[in-house]
Amino acid sequence: MTPALLIGGAVAATALLLAGAVLLPDWAMFLTTMALAKGLVSLGIVGMMRGGLVSFGQGLYYCIGAYVAAMISNGLGVSDIVLVTVLAVAVTGAVGAMFGPLLATYRGIFFAMLSLALSMVLYGTLAKIPAIGGTDGLNVASPTFLGWAPEGRALQTGLYLYVAAVVVIVGTVMRLHFDSERGLITLAVRENELRVEYLGASTRNAMAWNYVFAAMLGGFGGATAALALGHVDPEFAFWTTSGEFVFVAILAGWLSVPAVFVSSIILELVRSFSNLYFPNTWQIFLGGFLLAVIFLLPDGLGSLARNTLRRLRRGTKA
Amino acid sequence: MSGAILTASAVCKSFGAVTAASDVSVQVPEGAVYSLIGANGAGKTSFVNMVTGYVTPDTGSIRLRDREITGLTPREITRLGVHRSFQIPQLCNELTVLENMLVAQAIHGSHTPSFLKPGRSREAKDRARATLERFHVAEHADRLIPELSGGVKKLLDIAMAMAGETRIMLLDEPTSGVAADEKFPIMDLVIGALKEIGTTVIFVEHDMDVVTRYSERVLAFYAGRIIADDAPDEVLADPDVQKYVTGGAQ
Amino acid sequence: MELAAVILVDGLIYAGWLFIVSVGLTLVFGVLNILNIAHGSLYAIGAYAGASLVGVYFAWGGDAFPYGSYLALILAAVLVAVVVGPILERGLLRHFYGRDEVLNVLVTYAVFLMLEDVMKLVWGVNPYFVYEPYTLLGDVELGPLFYVGYDFAVIGMAIVVGLAVWLSINRTRMGKVVLAVIHDPDMSRAMGVNVPRIYMGAFVAGVFLAALGGAMTAPMISVTPGLGVNVIIIAFAVVIIGGLGSIEGAAIGALMVGLARAASVHLVPEAELFIIYLVMAAVLLWRPEGLFAKAQARKI
Repeated sequence: MTPALLIGGAVAATALLLAGAVLLPDWAMFLTTMALAKGLVSLGIVGMMRGGLVSFGQGLYYCIGAYVAAMISNGLGVSDIVLVTVLAVAVTGAVGAMFGPLLATYRGIFFAMLSLALSMVLYGTLAKIPAIGGTDGLNVASPTFLGWAPEGRALQTGLYLYVAAVVVIVGTVMRLHFDSERGLITLAVRENELRVEYLGASTRNAMAWNYVFAAMLGGFGGATAALALGHVDPEFAFWTTSGEFVFVAILAGWLSVPAVFVSSIILELVRSFSNLYFPNTWQIFLGGFLLAVIFLLPDGLGSLARNTLRRLRRGTKA
Repeated sequence: MSGAILTASAVCKSFGAVTAASDVSVQVPEGAVYSLIGANGAGKTSFVNMVTGYVTPDTGSIRLRDREITGLTPREITRLGVHRSFQIPQLCNELTVLENMLVAQAIHGSHTPSFLKPGRSREAKDRARATLERFHVAEHADRLIPELSGGVKKLLDIAMAMAGETRIMLLDEPTSGVAADEKFPIMDLVIGALKEIGTTVIFVEHDMDVVTRYSERVLAFYAGRIIADDAPDEVLADPDVQKYVTGGAQ
Repeated sequence: MELAAVILVDGLIYAGWLFIVSVGLTLVFGVLNILNIAHGSLYAIGAYAGASLVGVYFAWGGDAFPYGSYLALILAAVLVAVVVGPILERGLLRHFYGRDEVLNVLVTYAVFLMLEDVMKLVWGVNPYFVYEPYTLLGDVELGPLFYVGYDFAVIGMAIVVGLAVWLSINRTRMGKVVLAVIHDPDMSRAMGVNVPRIYMGAFVAGVFLAALGGAMTAPMISVTPGLGVNVIIIAFAVVIIGGLGSIEGAAIGALMVGLARAASVHLVPEAELFIIYLVMAAVLLWRPEGLFAKAQARKI
């Protein structure tokens, strides 16, 4: 990705998202906010997928981030959105740093299952602690923005713009990271881990870093979702929640960062729309859709962009 | 011998009932070119695997100069300058030839790999292309691995293994899977490049022409033991070697 | 002393249930190398089918011979296996043999999503109750405690199923063929084995076992949507603990988890929901591939 393309992409995304702040109706803005927040979690999964690991337990960090946001908003009276989300990221980063080096020694199914196990342990724990709501969860106080305490549409817009800004910045940084030396080594680990070790790099170190980044992204996503929803519950850590993050990551593929957020928005749209009109059949469509992606577009939606670019480049060369 | 850069002393290794190494002792002087011969299963690749840390000996020790390297991981041993190539080329299939080389470079850079600095920068690509040129595979730079011939894969495998400071290079069957008329050109290229920088070379081979042409000393393996350790002509004339390795009079 | 006995009995009952529910999953992985998330859905379909068939049985005068309802449950599992198994295997999974294990997990995850709604379409969203089979075997008195006879029948069933599967694989000619296919499908094919038929057979057997688990459980619970969602991860944990593809491992794993959960319920109730994952994590830390994992050949 050339610097020009990267900056151009970031500018285009910013423009698009700003337009959304003005044009989108309330329900669409809320949906996009949630989709962007969840998209960040899936972006972390994509980072790990580039190294060949699929985590079925990102709900762990999504949930930790959400509950941290809930508890400091309610309990400590801290309401500034920047403070809350940064704290959530710090906590999930620390937890990720704790588990990362350990989990990074596992591969394939075992990594997937261990990550799932951790998230389910959190689910089981939270569900049984009445002090923080048990299975009912907690309500979350509304955030403030550097002193400003908006309500209604203004609050919605504030949340939306905050997430949008973070998405553009984080997305750009992650793209740079994916294209970096470590990003290239991560791709190599996915292809031939043995060779990477024999070249002198620690695959465990590489995978642990990817895991920590994913944990931090998960924490931010969870905290933001909690603030947008105004509610958290242990379901955030349930395996089906993690499954949806993986769904989006597979749909997006590991080639394009914007594809992750586009895919997340698609899932949210499909979910809202079908829940309304097809409550008992929308999962059939979702499952079928996933199968279609696996069959027809194994590299995800992002490969559409790459294939088109390749065709264009070949066209201009000839 | 004080001049030896690699010393194996009484190395033993069994996998259940199979003896891969039985009291193997080897001393390789710096800058030498040694070859290992033996039938399949005689213990040559196991020896390479133990020197490079893939497998740990049951007993015995392996030293790089004075430094004990027995039981270290492949990563640690590579960092000490002991590199290897593989019988079946170990490459990253979904990456191009150039990208494979870039990975090797990035790992061995003077800095630890960067979180943000581009892995495919102009400067890195130029350096990688220069290495590929040296090995005569630069024309394949943008191709994916499955499209390549056996010889090109071997050369890339070896080129990648030479990234960073290579004090000892172990080549595991460098000409296997390579067309007959490519064997000598590839060995000329590889041995030449390695000797140019003073690397000690140990290669495993089945082709006796390659063995006699490029090595100054041959170690013959049988059932995990070294049955001959001498100049190529002496080893190939040895009756035990003829019985257990080359099969029949030379 | 009494508490220990209670934990032991509870643990064995739960272990029996766990084994029946998990053995099909490990069998399918062992032969086809597919970790089937839809196993939970097949369990649920078995439960629904069992409930329906028992309902039909009693509606058609089954009160004359109530023990026939047990046959109805088993028949339900057979029907599910024979109908759903071939459709899934031939229609979908066949295309993914030999592919990456995690990719196959995603494929079966898609199937799970779809089957969840298929069940809602076929059986609706209201709960089904079929308690008659559960009460038929009366109560069993163990000291001051009462247990339902049916629970012990589950243990018996687990032993029967375990022996049947183990004997089929290790003591029959067909079983030896299956072992050959497990170790080297290409070589087996070259030796003239009809590998696709083995795969189909193994998968259908796995579906049967999953459905049997569900059918057997139906009289103990109210059968509602979402039944499979919890079961699948419990089955995963048992199978991972035991080592993917190992029947003995599934048995040991079931015992470990059963006893751990029973202990938790009586001693540390807060941990009840997640003790199984702690056990799994602990096992994986000690043995990264589970207790009885397959040996791996050298790569270079």
